[in-house]
Amino acid sequence: MSEPLLQVNNLAVSYHGYAGEVKSVRGVTFDVQRGETLAVVGESGCGKSVTAKTIMRLIQTPPAEIKEGSEVLFDGEDVLKFDKKRLAQYRGGEAAIIFQDALAALNPTMTVGKQICENLLHHSKMSKKEAMEKAVDLLRMVGIPQPERRVKQYPHEFSGGMRQRVMIAIAFANSPKLLIADEPTTALDVTIQAQIMDLIKDWQKEQGASVILITHDLGVVANIARRIVVMYAGKIVERGESGVIFRTPRHPYTNALLEAVPRLDLKNKQVLASIEGTPPDLLNPPAGCPFCTRCKYCMEICCQEEPPVVTFEEGHEASCWLYSLEHPCEDAPFTWEGERK
Amino acid sequence: MTDKVILDVQHLKKYFELGHHHTLKAVDDVSFQIREGETLGLVGESGCGKTTCGRTCLGMYNKTDGTVLYNGKDVHALKGAELFAFKKEAQMIFQDPYASLNPRMTVSDIVAEGLDVHHMTKNKAERTERIYELLNMVGLNKEHANRFIHEFSGGQRQRIGIARALAMEPKFLVLDEPISALDVSIQAQVVNMLIKLQQEMGLTYLFIAHDLSMVKHISERVGVMYLGSLVEITSSGELYSHPLHPYTQALLSAIPIPDPEIEAQRETARIRLEGEVPSPIDPPPGCKFAGRCKYATERCRQESPSLRDMGGGHYVACFAVEG
Repeated sequence: MSEPLLQVNNLAVSYHGYAGEVKSVRGVTFDVQRGETLAVVGESGCGKSVTAKTIMRLIQTPPAEIKEGSEVLFDGEDVLKFDKKRLAQYRGGEAAIIFQDALAALNPTMTVGKQICENLLHHSKMSKKEAMEKAVDLLRMVGIPQPERRVKQYPHEFSGGMRQRVMIAIAFANSPKLLIADEPTTALDVTIQAQIMDLIKDWQKEQGASVILITHDLGVVANIARRIVVMYAGKIVERGESGVIFRTPRHPYTNALLEAVPRLDLKNKQVLASIEGTPPDLLNPPAGCPFCTRCKYCMEICCQEEPPVVTFEEGHEASCWLYSLEHPCEDAPFTWEGERK
Repeated sequence: MTDKVILDVQHLKKYFELGHHHTLKAVDDVSFQIREGETLGLVGESGCGKTTCGRTCLGMYNKTDGTVLYNGKDVHALKGAELFAFKKEAQMIFQDPYASLNPRMTVSDIVAEGLDVHHMTKNKAERTERIYELLNMVGLNKEHANRFIHEFSGGQRQRIGIARALAMEPKFLVLDEPISALDVSIQAQVVNMLIKLQQEMGLTYLFIAHDLSMVKHISERVGVMYLGSLVEITSSGELYSHPLHPYTQALLSAIPIPDPEIEAQRETARIRLEGEVPSPIDPPPGCKFAGRCKYATERCRQESPSLRDMGGGHYVACFAVEG
């Protein structure tokens, strides 16, 4: 396999607040291959959006602090060391991001056409007229009816799904190599969600670009992602190919997440397998495994020492003590061979 | 669950006058019944009128037309002591646990507000006792009683909202998207709790949501709304195994399933809906779904279909369905 498009090495980000240091991302390492879709899955507050924003260099320092030793290599260059000029080329040109809340991300005082043109004119030499024509084409591409009329309208005149399409048009404008979609469909209805996901999928196929899809919804991921990274409390707890993660999740958190979603084959009003408790406070993250306070299979060692990363097969890794002790907790959800007990 | 009908909604209409001779038809001729101890799920996309429907059922909005009978009495005609008693018996749990709790009140004051209004406790000691009991019921403890809302997570806030509703010893609860603002792992906690409380206290739920898999899980019967109209209503098992209305079929087909293999199989059979939900302001005559429906005929654009019984309590409003 060729060199990956993006390599995130040991990324750690903290926020300094009145209460102390919030360790939002604590040593995250992953890569994105060219032309693949990687999904980052986790609950709110697990650091997935902070990771995305750091890749785009969109977090403010201070109050945030990117720790020494963190690296974000894009095509071999460290994004964290980019100067202003290089950064301007990178953002919106080579890499683009779609946010969850399109209404907050768009400028309410500018027509959507102007907002698309802004990105186009910044990155390539063309006249305003050409840019506006391109903007109309882009809106047509993302499935907005009557684009000639719509370019002259303001974000408040669009519905939620249409606004998200405008955001996508801005992101697509310069045909980026990397697209980060940060919960692109969370605020949308299921039918619109399906349309938006199809749009991103088709575009990716056509362009051969890489996509990082950040979401909390495992259902959305199943359809689109090739590989999945599961984050919990600022750390990656499991990673692997999407089929493998869904079939044989190794980390108790991944397993519990999959069980907590009501499936259509469950009996009416059957008790759902819930994860008791709440995610840990990142001001004082637990010393051992971050999931130890909520884990059904928690052992003594889990609360004391960080679990080792165990590799099961090519590319499937989980950080859990269950698989590295001679006598692990007996009611573990999976055997070493990966069969569901 | 008994056969006694607790809430009987007939031809309910709720229009909002927007001025300039425009009318927003939020709820347009909706009829359903809820039996005691049952959960009726109401699903639909945003803007389809499901929240307005729930609120009108509780008398929070005045109706435009139709009737809502609670235990045989017209909700919108209640007065004085009867209205006071109804407001105690029928409670609501709101979607946004951040907006529906007063940030300047402590948890105990929020939970006890209704207790005070209805004079349900004799003295301070009894009041405190009751607050602790309620917090305990929803999985919080008494240390939480004197805190303020900003100290809680979303899931905990939703529990406080539920405790506030339960304080009134209600019989009927309207749950307006109670879990959509919560994380997946917390959703399961809250849903398990709602099911447990229902079984223990014999509550009747009107469960409004857009998450179809969760609605199927919690409800005995499910109604599907589209642009102010009820297009299909039946038992939850039947709805998911034999959806009849084209909109229900499309909606079910759009739910992502957390399994890549099933998703790949579904890919070819998936029904894709084009376009978006049209505006409910001055809707055209005929079936409201006609503009996005692939089976639509001239008749669909002229007449609006009403709910027909397809047998076994399966009602559907569509001309294209045979039977």
